[in-house]
Order: sequence, then structure tokens, then C-alpha cells
Amino acid sequence: MTEHIPTTHELETPTAIQVVDLVRDYPRPRTSLFQPAPVVHALRGVSLEVKQGERFGIVGESGCGKSTLLRLIAALDRATSGHVIVEDTDITRLPERRLRSLRENLQLVFQDPMSSLDPRMRVRDIIAEPLVVQGHPASGERVRELLEAVGLSADAGDRYPHQFSGGQRQRISIARALAPRPRILIADEPVSALDVSVRAQVLNLISDLVDELDLTLVFVSHDLSVVKHVCDRVAVMNAGQIVETGYTGDVYAAPQHPYTQRLVSAIPTLQRALSGATTADLLAKGESA
Amino acid sequence: MKRLNPSLIAGGVIVTVIVLMALVSFVWTPYDATLVTPTSRLLKPSWEHWFGTDKFGRDVLSQIMVGSRTTLFVGVVAVGVAAVIGVPLGILAAMVRRWPSEVIMRANDLLLAFPALLLAIMFGAVFGASTLTAMVAIGIASVPSFARVIRSGALQVMRTEYVLAARAAGRQPFPIALRHVLPNVTSLITVQASVSFAIAVLAEAALSFLGYGTPPPTPSWGRMLQESQEFLFTAPRLAIFPGIAIAIAVLGFNLLGDGLRDRFDPKLEDRR
Amino acid sequence: MNDVLTVRGLSVTVRDTALVSDVDLTVGAGERVGLIGESGSGKSLTALSILGLLPEDVRAGGSVRLDGVDHELVGADERRMSRVRGRDIAMVFQEPMTALNPTMRIGDQLAEAMLIHKTLAKPAARTAAADLLDRVQLPAETLRAYPHQLSGGQRQRVVLALALANDPALLICDEPTTALDVTVQALVLDLIVRGVVDRSSALLFITHDLAVVATVCERVLVMYGGRVVEAGPVAEVFTRPRHRYTEGLLAASDLETTSRRLTTIPGNVPPAGRFPSGCVFRTRCAHATALCEETPPWTGSETAGFACHHPAGVGND
Repeated sequence: MTEHIPTTHELETPTAIQVVDLVRDYPRPRTSLFQPAPVVHALRGVSLEVKQGERFGIVGESGCGKSTLLRLIAALDRATSGHVIVEDTDITRLPERRLRSLRENLQLVFQDPMSSLDPRMRVRDIIAEPLVVQGHPASGERVRELLEAVGLSADAGDRYPHQFSGGQRQRISIARALAPRPRILIADEPVSALDVSVRAQVLNLISDLVDELDLTLVFVSHDLSVVKHVCDRVAVMNAGQIVETGYTGDVYAAPQHPYTQRLVSAIPTLQRALSGATTADLLAKGESA
Repeated sequence: MKRLNPSLIAGGVIVTVIVLMALVSFVWTPYDATLVTPTSRLLKPSWEHWFGTDKFGRDVLSQIMVGSRTTLFVGVVAVGVAAVIGVPLGILAAMVRRWPSEVIMRANDLLLAFPALLLAIMFGAVFGASTLTAMVAIGIASVPSFARVIRSGALQVMRTEYVLAARAAGRQPFPIALRHVLPNVTSLITVQASVSFAIAVLAEAALSFLGYGTPPPTPSWGRMLQESQEFLFTAPRLAIFPGIAIAIAVLGFNLLGDGLRDRFDPKLEDRR
Repeated sequence: MNDVLTVRGLSVTVRDTALVSDVDLTVGAGERVGLIGESGSGKSLTALSILGLLPEDVRAGGSVRLDGVDHELVGADERRMSRVRGRDIAMVFQEPMTALNPTMRIGDQLAEAMLIHKTLAKPAARTAAADLLDRVQLPAETLRAYPHQLSGGQRQRVVLALALANDPALLICDEPTTALDVTVQALVLDLIVRGVVDRSSALLFITHDLAVVATVCERVLVMYGGRVVEAGPVAEVFTRPRHRYTEGLLAASDLETTSRRLTTIPGNVPPAGRFPSGCVFRTRCAHATALCEETPPWTGSETAGFACHHPAGVGND
């Protein structure tokens, strides 16, 4: 197994995203009048650094805090403590009106191709929305250009989201994210809801666009094998903490943390199965937890 | 291909008939609905008077036709008031932080607990009994149910990823409410409106029956019922005709509401 | 040994639209068979029609026979089907929450499953329920729990215990682990395989995940556009695919490739019922010719073969 050898991420490469000791607690609804409301610790002190131009993966299972982390990085939620620094600006406690540059430079692509596009809007209005918001004239030219960049025909702009398949909707989502010419793209499980035969197309598209437009990519997934293919480095999250960070090839081939070991061994692959692995082999040897 | 469901068709037909009846009554009724003719009091149904006449000799059919105008007016005013206040309130409650939202919703519950008819009678006492004041009161009393339904719908929309994407692109709350939330709760508004319409029609009848609604001589189905009280045993048809009219109108709007809900419900729609 | 399940010429239609056409499928005693397909392939409808659980306006045609049941399952009335379901065939669905009654304790639901088919008397059913939970590695306290108190993985294990309660001859699993995390999936898959092996039950395992099928099953059928396009032993189909769709699917799901770009199948999966006539894959196939407008015949045996005019692995391409 060869890995993508990182060449540009030396020490002098500027940092795109820095997260320092980030904590996010959610209060649960009270269960008793006399006791304080119980608290969910979604993030328990997360730190990470993403270099400019890097493809950074975040892997974890449901409830590990990866979605919370994403929302904090995109300033869509407030941290309990800690800092998020995006391109040298500490955005953690900035009011919405001072987030303008973040809102242009950082864009998101979501998991669910059904819920990520407003069903009542035409595709061209969906794609133009970030431009309109930022006060740029939303020219039909730019929308056509974006549609073409994601491999959709120009007349797609006149139609509504429900007229497209899951894979096409995900392309529309990507076009919308690219509209304000961001420098950072955050993809939250962008292919988890797609058919296998379409998944490869969308992964290629993301990969190509990241190369062409020189983007920094943060790719979140529950699927380590997808992350391994797309990303240079990966952080593995479990129970609100990062348990392991490293080059994806290394983490995949020689996981250090017991949780990562369990995660890696649980992934069924064709190669392993064809060389005789059974379901018992998916359960890590010496499983303790 | 969406198939029309039976309640939608039945409700639609009934409501259309009532609207047509109201429109026709502007240009033609068999007799002047308010014309008192002492010579033809309490006539039985006949070719001249299909539904008979009342104690003042007024033609019952004509009164019911003209009365449908009152019914529709009542519904439009009450639903209009309820929607204009309730929809923004519901969306607001879904978009603001936790405690202001709690305040809105508790105030809402308080109003919900207040009897609508009592509110209408109080309004009548303060501002003078008229169809308009009664219906503004009924409309205000219907605000909580609107706010509640719209809030739950808006909360769902607020949780979608397209709202998240709009926020990430820097959209402010008000444009989000206008461009994303409102268009996606219109189906809920339509359903709630038709149900509230039925409630308003019933409330107007009850208020007129109690003497706090539409004052004479404007024909109203509720007041026709009230005036028929003394003849309940001698001429029950005087109560039966307006009673049936009210029942059919309420049924029609309720069916329409049910039908619209089924049609808009994506879970039912996706079923193959 | 007799085959447990024999499906011949199964078709599923909804208002004149064919969703499944001409499916032949055999599961031998104790055999583990995988049914692979993407959205719209008709794999779940195939499972539902075996159980007679199709929605009201959806019709099944063809033949479904089960060993030990002396009547045809297609078109059988609800009374006869309910005697078969849960005793001879059991099913595990993707969403475990909907398969459990939220108002009943787990123990009562397990006991009920056995009492319905009178396989055990009441006190014995209680003890057996605890034993069933033990076999899916859940503690005995789970008997008194309600479904909402359990996690998704625990619920799916309870559903599995329910399905295996009466030692069915055939267990059908429809995407049983798709909603679960990878580490939980590993455990549930292992429990499924051990459950059917212990009881010598046969397994029909439906999923979109090639790697899962390869790990769990011995034989596989590949469905696309409502048709079985290829069938054979797992090792054969996944190493030497013959149908062009299987070939494309294998390439597209290969994330181990060293090149940054993945191999893709062009185009999109059409919505159910909108697949082309003739070969269902021809609109996305690089090898399609005019010949493909005719439905390709089945080549090979009933358990190992393919339906393609221009199969892979012939000559030099």
C-alpha cells in the first residue's frame, strides 16, 4: 500500500485552521427541578492544526463530536471554551457581523443530498445564494461556469432539486460551496448517502477541484477507507476527543491507539475477505472495551 | 403522478359550492333576503319558497345564500388575523434562542387556555357587537394554534442542512426566515388555515346565537338558528336548514384541511 | 439436501411499472447467499415479496417456494403467510427501532415471538428468552428494558435474537448494519453469521456493500435495474466479474487504488422503473452496442452465470 507522500506541508507552510483546546458542553433538558440540568460533553478539549493546501480527514463514529467540531470551525455554533483560529483570525467569539471574511473563505458541503438543498428554490438561485449574500452581482455567467465545473449542464439551473439524483444534488451542493471562491472547503460525510457507483464520481470531483483551485480540504467521515483515499493526514475522534493524528497511510497500516486499532480492524474490505477473513476477524483480537 | 385523495375532493367541492353561493347572492337571490312580508309568515317549503319562510315572512333560501357571505367574511377575517400574527410568531419562536422562545411559547399557552368565545364576548362588550370585532377576537384566539404548528414546522426547516449552508454563506436571520423557512412551511399554513376557518365559522354561529355576533338585519346562519328557537317544535325546518348549512360548511373546511395535510405529507407521498 | 428457498421468475410491478423482472434465486440448506445492489436495483422488493410483505398497490408474480411449506408463497393469503413468517423465514430490517414494539419490554417481545408459533410453553419461553439474549451477547437485565433504553446496536441484536427465536430455516437480512457504526457493525455481522451457523439456518443477506457480502457470504447475486445480472461464488464474482456492471462496481468501490482518481461508472443510477429496455445497464456501459437493446440471455448455470452480451474476461479487454 503506497500513501500520498506529502511534499508541501513543511514547517513554513502557513496554517489554515488551528483549533486549541476546544470544549463544547450542551445542557440537556432538565429532568428534575432541584438538580442542575445534566450536561453532554460533546467536545472535551480538542486541538488540531490544518496546514494550507492540506487534505485533512476527521474520522469517528456517531456521537464522537465530529459534527460539533465542524460547526465550531465554521462558526455556526459557540464554543464553551478554547479557540478556533482560521487564517490568523480568532473566530471563536466574533459577532456575526465580523465573520464576513470567514463566510466567504470557508464553505461547507453536507451529507444528506435531500436536506442540503432548499426544495423550493431553483438550482441557479441555490448556487447564487452565497454570492447574493456577499453582495456580489450573481451573474448567470458565474452560475453556468460553476455548473460546468461540477459536471452539470447549463440548463440544470432552471430546475428544482427534486428533479436530480443523489449524486447530482451533491454536485449542486459543491457548486454552491465553490461560488464565493473559498480557500477552505469543509465536507461533512459528502458521499455517505450515495450509491457506490456514484460515490467514486463525487470523490474524484472533490479531489480534482481541490487540486485545481488550491483549496484546503477538511473531510469528515465515519469511513476510514474513504478518508484514507482522499486525505493526507487524519485525526481519529472518539468520545469528544482526538485519540490519534497522523498520516492516513500510517494510521491505517499501523494504528497506535486501541480505539483506532479496533476501528481499523472492524472495516470489512474485499481484499481481506477474499483472502479468507471472516466476520470473527473484524473483531479486533484482544478486544477489551 | 400524485393522486387526489377523497377528502381533498369532497372538501374542495363543498367549499367551492359555498363560495359560488356567496358570489351568486350578490347578483341574484330568489327574494330580497331582508324583505319582511307579514302576509307570508312561516310558510312551508313550496315551489315559491323552496325552504319556506320565517316568522317575518323572509325567504329562508335567500337568507342562507346571503348568510354564506357572512360565513366566508368571518372565516377570512379570523384566519387572516390568526395567520398574520401567528405565522411570524411561530417562525420567531423557532429561530430565537432558548429562553425568549420559551417566553413566547408560554405566553402562547396562556392564550390557548383562554376560552375563545369569552374573549369574543369581552371584545363585543368593549368595542360594540359586530361581525368584525367578534371575528378579530376569534382570530386572536386562534393565534396560538397557528404559532404552535408553524413553530414545529419551522424548527424542522431550521435543522436542515440548507439553512446551515445559508448561515455558513453569511445569510442573516431575517432573509433566512423569508427565503427558506416561510416557503417551506406554506403547506402547514394552508392546512392550519382551513381548519381554523371551520372553527371560525362555528364560533360565529355560536356568537350570533348568543346575540354577540352579527347584528340584525344582516343575515347570518347563527342568528337564523337563534331566531328559530321559539318555533323549534312547530316549525323545526327553520332550525334544520341553517343548522345543515353550518354543519356542511364546517365539514367542508375540515375535509379540505385533512385532504391538504395528506397531500402535503411527504411520508404519504413517497409511499409507492 | 433440499434447497430451502426456490424463487422462479419473480416479478414485482406497481401500476404497470416493472420494478423487479424475472428473478431466479435459490438458497441451499445452511447456505449464506448475498444479494447486492444499489438504490432501485429491486433487492429489497425481492426480499419483501418472498415474505409477502409488499405494500398494497405493489404486485408480485412468479413463484416462491419454501422447503417444508406445501404452498406457493406468491399470492398466499395473510393467514397462511403469518404462519410461515417468524417460524420458517425470519427477517431483520435496516431500522431496528421500527421492528420493536416501543411499549413492550424486551423479554415479553422475545417470549411472545416463541408463543405465537407455540414452539414453547410460557415458563420455558421465559428461560429461552434469556438464553437468546445471551447468544447475542446481551446481559439478562436487557429482558426488563424497553427498546428506547437500548443503543442502535443493542436493538439490532435484540431484533436478531427475535428473528432467530424459532430457529428459522431461512434468515433474511436487509441492510442490517447500514445504520450502525463500523465497530458495532463488526459485532452484529459476527453474531448473524454465528447465529445461522449454529442453527444450520440459511441466510439471504441483502446489502449495497461489496466488502460486507464478501466477508459474510459464500455465494452472491448482483442485481441492477430490477434484474439479476450476475451470480456465482463470492471468490469468483469478485475476482473475475463477467457482467460489465459488476466489473464497474468493483472498480468504483476500490479505494485501495494508488492513483488519486478512482475508476467510475459514468452517469447516474436511474430512478426505479426508469431503467432502459433490453440490457438494463446499457445506458451506462462503455461496451454497449445495438445488440444490447435485446435482453441478454442468461449464460452459465443457475447458481453461477451472467446476463451480458459483451462479458468481461473474454479475449484481451
